Amino acid sequence: MATRTDFGPPYYKDMLPPVVQKNYGQWKYHERIKPGVLKHVAESGDELYTVRVGSPRLVSTFWIKDVCDIADEFCDGYLRFTSRHNLEFLVSDKDKVEPLLEHLKAKGYVVGGTGHSVSNPVHTQGWIHCHTPATDASGIVKAVMDELFEYFVDWKLPAYCRVALACCLNMCGAVHCSDIAILGIHRLPPVIDHDTVRAKCEIPNVIAACPTGAIRPDPKNKSLKVNEERCMYCGNCYTMCPGMPLADPQGDGVSIWVGGKISSARTPPKFSRLVIPYLPNNPPRWPEVTSAVKNIIETWAKHARKHERMGEWIERIGWERFFELTGIPFTMQLIDDFTLAPETYRSTPAFKW
Amino acid sequence: MAESETPKLDELEKGPWPSFVSEIKRAAENAPNKHMAQDLLRQLERSYNDKIGHWKHGGIVGVKGYGGGVIGRYSDLPEEFPGVAEFHTFRVNQPSGWFYTTEKLRQLCEVWEKHGSGLTNMHGATGDIILLGAPTAELQPCFDDLAEIGFDLGGSGSDMRTPSCCVGPGRCEYACIDTLDLLYNITMEYQDELHRPMFPYKSKIKISGCPNDCVAAVPRSDISIIGTWRDNIRIDPDAVAEYANNGIDIQAEVVDMCPTGCMSWDAETKTLTIDNAECNRCMHCINLMPKALRPGVERGATIMVGGKAPIVHGALLSWVIVPFMKMEPPYTEFKELLEKIWEWWDENGKMRERLGELINRLGMRSFLKAVGLPPVPQMVKVPRANPYYFWDPEEVRKNGH
Repeated sequence: MATRTDFGPPYYKDMLPPVVQKNYGQWKYHERIKPGVLKHVAESGDELYTVRVGSPRLVSTFWIKDVCDIADEFCDGYLRFTSRHNLEFLVSDKDKVEPLLEHLKAKGYVVGGTGHSVSNPVHTQGWIHCHTPATDASGIVKAVMDELFEYFVDWKLPAYCRVALACCLNMCGAVHCSDIAILGIHRLPPVIDHDTVRAKCEIPNVIAACPTGAIRPDPKNKSLKVNEERCMYCGNCYTMCPGMPLADPQGDGVSIWVGGKISSARTPPKFSRLVIPYLPNNPPRWPEVTSAVKNIIETWAKHARKHERMGEWIERIGWERFFELTGIPFTMQLIDDFTLAPETYRSTPAFKW
Repeated sequence: MAESETPKLDELEKGPWPSFVSEIKRAAENAPNKHMAQDLLRQLERSYNDKIGHWKHGGIVGVKGYGGGVIGRYSDLPEEFPGVAEFHTFRVNQPSGWFYTTEKLRQLCEVWEKHGSGLTNMHGATGDIILLGAPTAELQPCFDDLAEIGFDLGGSGSDMRTPSCCVGPGRCEYACIDTLDLLYNITMEYQDELHRPMFPYKSKIKISGCPNDCVAAVPRSDISIIGTWRDNIRIDPDAVAEYANNGIDIQAEVVDMCPTGCMSWDAETKTLTIDNAECNRCMHCINLMPKALRPGVERGATIMVGGKAPIVHGALLSWVIVPFMKMEPPYTEFKELLEKIWEWWDENGKMRERLGELINRLGMRSFLKAVGLPPVPQMVKVPRANPYYFWDPEEVRKNGH
């Protein structure tokens, strides 16, 4: 049999529970019943209850089959996932909601991530399955979420808080618009392996890949050289050329960025801004990272107004106040010197002490 | 009791958040190909000790008829950890909105346990189902079995990456467009672009049903489709009063936080008034009172382009190029625009230059001209502040003034 190709994903309508098929596009409003539980009401009067469960993202087929068993018992054999790796049980029978919640609790699933909470962190592969990471992904997320657990299962925050992690600047997790972004970074330039460069790399493409123009031809070696003073360790050259590795146990670590948002509610989407340029890779629990993240979230929770996202709070009080309240030291790395740097410098004598 | 081989990872089985280590261990104990997860655990423990990854750079693998969708992954310690010597990834195209029947998921599990490690990501950051870890010899048989149960591959490399969308009309009253249908339609129309890399670099499409943008289309996709409306927010005055009676401080939480100041609240009569002409449709008031306020009925999408993560020249947020476009099947207007955008990018883009970076390099003016879009004020935050701008000399001479 010839292999068929280009047949596309499963047709979505075949994947929708009957209550969704019936009320498709006819939803009227929703309520947040309690943390992790949403109630959607359709024009027809039908109700749909959603129970949101945090997943570790990396799951075995056994986990998938377990949650399928639960969906068979409580949700007529349907379930969905969210854009942030959460699992959602969709319950059309109100009387099944409490038994489902009890069942989930008994089996050790965590329910939450809705409303004014920390939702499941979007994250990448890290040391588990990537060739360019500067840190692990799942390990830090696990350690951070153990620390922030109360903020996932309960509503204790002024607004949404989106935490995300990418294990290098490639940002497969595109974390750059998160309330808190944890980003793996390298701090040392690539160490050139001339034999590999000669054997495996297209020299002009590697030169073109450098955003700071730090890479030049090395005709003598038929290879490349790096102007180390210009290198910002983005790793783009390594993506293009295996002869330029820059991962290093001493150089690699984690940076923390805050105040980004994606929705347009109140204020436009914003980038997260660098506040901690480097924390060490300290597996298995990265204590420096978890305490930094917790400090920032709790400082925001204490001072922000209701509905004020991290970035909106910081814009209101000013960055100088943010650094004072969090006790985070301000360092040279926090002052931009890349392409759009001048837009970030202050051009008014109006500021706070 | 025997001493654990993975004392560091064992630490990550403690604590309340679900543990990925426990998941790898489940596969290491019970999966048909358990040797793979066993060696993944050992290699990861090694990384936790060495503070460095142990995967080799690249390696091209694939299945017949496809230029992408499978990513090669080889351990750099294959003799020590033979179970992960070849540990390739499948990107499997997810159904719209990540809805599944349990039957479909069980079929997927069966195929993956037979051919691979039994480990997955539900889901990857772009939206695909990620199947983690198959040896080279199993790639084609695995794909054949996936095809049998109706799962096709997603994108990788310089192609249209697997598009994704929010839950949309499946469960959300904010959805101003049929995100699920539009996603399926685009994915089916552009199977060739999805499966055979031929662009300068990756091209991502994401679809959100409203400006809350639950799939992060603006920061994360080259082409961002955001549902919106043009007419008035629909108000249910009784429901507004109900929110007021149930503890929302409408003045402080709704009216005072409106970015345009287009709302007013009469606490005496419990009346909310919206000057809709001044509303910028940010969603704040609707988010707070979904029972009382709803998007209007003249619905469509704002089309934005250029969003991306930092590599190569820095992160960008997508820019508005079409303030409002109707979005109804068969989505011809959108597809014509998309094809013009891709054509311009394909013709002018350098290798590994994303759409936003090309627009930056050649100028928004060149882009708009090429795709035939008129300049409108909704495209900019502010007009330029510098006096360096272009005219067409021919035009100037011809007009004479």
